[in-house]
Amino acid sequence: MIKLKVNGVQRSFDGNPEMPLLWYLRDVLGLTGTKFGCGMALCGCCTVHLNGEAVRSCVTTMQSAAGASVLTIEGLGAQGLHPVQKAWMAVNVPQCGYCQPGQIMQAAALLKSKPHPSDADIDEAMSGNICRCGTYQRIRAAIKAAAEEVA
Amino acid sequence: MSTVQNVSRREFVKGMFSAGAFVLCGQIVPRRLWAGSPDPSSDPVAATPFHPSIWLGMEPDGSVVIVASRSEMGSGSRTGPAIVLADELEADWNRVRIEQALGDAKYGGQDTDGSHSIRDLFDVMRQAGATARTMLEQAAAQQWKVPASECKANLHTVTHPPTGRTLGYADLVAAAAKLPVPAKESLKFKPRTAWRYIGKETSLIDLRDITTGKAVYGMDAHMEGMLYASIEHPPVLGGRLRSFDDKETLKVPGVKMTATIDPFKPPHVFQPLGGVAVLADNTWAAFQGRQKLKIEWDNGPNAAYNSGEYRKELEATAQKPGKLVRNVGDVDAEFAKGGKIIEAAYYTPHLAHASMEPPVAVADYRDGKVVAWTCTQNPQECQTTVAHVLGIKPEDVTCHVTLLGGGFGRKSKPDYVAEAAVLSKKAGRPVKVVWRREDDIKFDYYHSVAAMYMKAAVGADGLPTAWLQRSVFPPIGSTFALDTTYSDPGEMGLGWSDLPFAIPNHRAENGPAVAHVRIGWLRSVANIYHAFAINSFVDELAHAAGRDSFEYLLALLGPDHIVDRKSLPENFPNYDGSYEQYPIDTARFRRVAQLAAEKAGWGKRSMGKGEGMGIAMHRSFLTYVATVVRVEVNGAGKLRIRQVDTALDAGTIVNRDTVRNQFEGAVVFGTSLALHGEITAAGGVIEQSNFADYPVCRMNEAPEKVNIHIVESEAPPAGVGEPGLPPFAPALCNAIFAATGQRVRELPLSKGKLTG
Repeated sequence: MIKLKVNGVQRSFDGNPEMPLLWYLRDVLGLTGTKFGCGMALCGCCTVHLNGEAVRSCVTTMQSAAGASVLTIEGLGAQGLHPVQKAWMAVNVPQCGYCQPGQIMQAAALLKSKPHPSDADIDEAMSGNICRCGTYQRIRAAIKAAAEEVA
Repeated sequence: MSTVQNVSRREFVKGMFSAGAFVLCGQIVPRRLWAGSPDPSSDPVAATPFHPSIWLGMEPDGSVVIVASRSEMGSGSRTGPAIVLADELEADWNRVRIEQALGDAKYGGQDTDGSHSIRDLFDVMRQAGATARTMLEQAAAQQWKVPASECKANLHTVTHPPTGRTLGYADLVAAAAKLPVPAKESLKFKPRTAWRYIGKETSLIDLRDITTGKAVYGMDAHMEGMLYASIEHPPVLGGRLRSFDDKETLKVPGVKMTATIDPFKPPHVFQPLGGVAVLADNTWAAFQGRQKLKIEWDNGPNAAYNSGEYRKELEATAQKPGKLVRNVGDVDAEFAKGGKIIEAAYYTPHLAHASMEPPVAVADYRDGKVVAWTCTQNPQECQTTVAHVLGIKPEDVTCHVTLLGGGFGRKSKPDYVAEAAVLSKKAGRPVKVVWRREDDIKFDYYHSVAAMYMKAAVGADGLPTAWLQRSVFPPIGSTFALDTTYSDPGEMGLGWSDLPFAIPNHRAENGPAVAHVRIGWLRSVANIYHAFAINSFVDELAHAAGRDSFEYLLALLGPDHIVDRKSLPENFPNYDGSYEQYPIDTARFRRVAQLAAEKAGWGKRSMGKGEGMGIAMHRSFLTYVATVVRVEVNGAGKLRIRQVDTALDAGTIVNRDTVRNQFEGAVVFGTSLALHGEITAAGGVIEQSNFADYPVCRMNEAPEKVNIHIVESEAPPAGVGEPGLPPFAPALCNAIFAATGQRVRELPLSKGKLTG
């Protein structure tokens, strides 16, 4: 029996411990804000926070999430929109939007560790997250806007 | 503008499954995550007290429901048409709700591709808005006992200026609903100067849901009791199953069953590829079970396909005379004069769409009827394809449209929806088919590989006196009739039969190519390789003449003029726009080129070592675009794209922010294909599988600054989703030449090495 917290709620799981966290969130809990994009940690669509760190849930097994606290896009703004979400809306970042929950979770983790990221910091942190629609320029602008607000 | 339906790729579709098959069947239901059978009484427009057309309804509290007939895949097609309607209705945008239409022929064409949603719906939406607004004004006039002409709608109210009286739309709903719907001819439209939303910036209607993770994509659709399926397809197109062993598969916890899917009957069109499906109680278990399958395939005739050898064939064909596509003057006579001749050959490979959301669909087959929820660009095609594959009637297929996690043309082809329906019938319960990224890359409807040959005779001023161009690629038509080797007029009209230059002798040709993979349309389609060859060649000619590339481009256009329709092929489709309304206007070309050059600082900016600027321009989907790229290539050959300036003239625009976002995105999409995009095959098997071996542009290699410049225009609306793409790659490669002296004649750049 694996115990973990998801968006503050205590959960237990008695399925295959090798199951990726992504599919537990999506198919078991119905938390579909976290997306499937590649299954190999190549695109970042599935990014969630595990004990505050951004991880790719498609390659994070339930075993390795045991005892952890998981935050998904649904939990990020549960107490009112997170500054990153507000910035995303102010800048009109999304096109199709499919990758954006992962982008937002990645950006929120970045700002937690580096409240005033440089362009190089943003490149470094965000280049694991693909946006096929090509909204990178707006993502960068939104991260900077969110940093202003947090500051 | 409102009745246009026949772009060539839609013609293909009609020819196959769709003849006479679009029958009314749909109800408009709210988009819901937990879908059951649709409730026929849940049509939100029909249920509203005031619904003077199929496009809108008004609730008793005055809130407005607008129907979105096109799919949202990131290009703003759910929001844009509603903006037009809301503007003409004088509605408060904050009191507008948008409901997604089912696939239903009553909405006309619903295929969201070809960059024509705004073009098709602009007049339709204005008319729907004006109709309702007129009736609200009439209702107020009746109540006040004044002439309707004295009443004026204004932001969800009607006022009577002479007396200062005002009523809200909520107060008028009931009375307006009792009035006859006014004749179309009697409607008065708002003047352009009074537009409230059109041409301004409006956030996408789904913005908040997207940023909070609540937006529902195909990947998120769910039906009670559904199984999750993952399918092992034949590795080679046209391959067939010999035998399979699922013993180990069925031991995987969560796996419920396996099922075969029959191979398609040629031509493949949008039928499933066939294969073996694993059905499980979650997606991961289905993936796991699939890895344990032991399958023997008969790979069929396409197993001889090797993309390296195929390339040589295409290039050899491009050296030989092809089918005449367009002729002006006599190029042969001019070439025979023996002046200066310049030749070049260009090559671009197959591309995969790789939208972030792989193909996915949920379907429930019950009693000869299917209900599907899916990320599709074309719900009506889902109806016809599912019906064809299952042998039922299209009207017995209900297709709900979710948001799309990207589409780029892939999701116009509903093979994955038919797979879900076939498997649901076999499983006796709803089935969700989830394609892995590997499936998406390996089994796409690929953008064509293309080889192009160009030849020009140039005069003393360096301008061409004769220009021959020949393009060879497996056509999209091969997806609909296997023996199709030549392109059709529609595909030729994508940047090949419509060269806008004032050259006295010009011939465009097309050579044959046999397809060995499924060929489909990808964002801007044949314009990608045609614009690459033409704009690269222009730059080569400019340099050969010792002239500035931008000045040379303007010189090629000649004095401002409308390209004579008679100089174009008779069957030139002009993106289904009438030539009167949408002529090829070289003045509009010149303006975008000048604007892009000016904003980029062309000729004014001093360039350091390894720096360079390139320019390209192209008209596609009736929109004129010019792009200037500035690059830096360092001593180690590392490329940095410093700045991109794209100028566009798309006629009347609806949502300025969407236009910017689409053209910004096109630059990144273009960066992907220019830097990395290449699909290859060995033994008929596609060699790429995921973002590791089919890389796309990431933030660290995206252009550092992208500026979008919109030409203000009152011309009829044109396309926005696709036209930003074609000029990017040639502008980039022309910039690389300016920076390094290295001419790029094939894509992607990752195959060669730049020398700084």
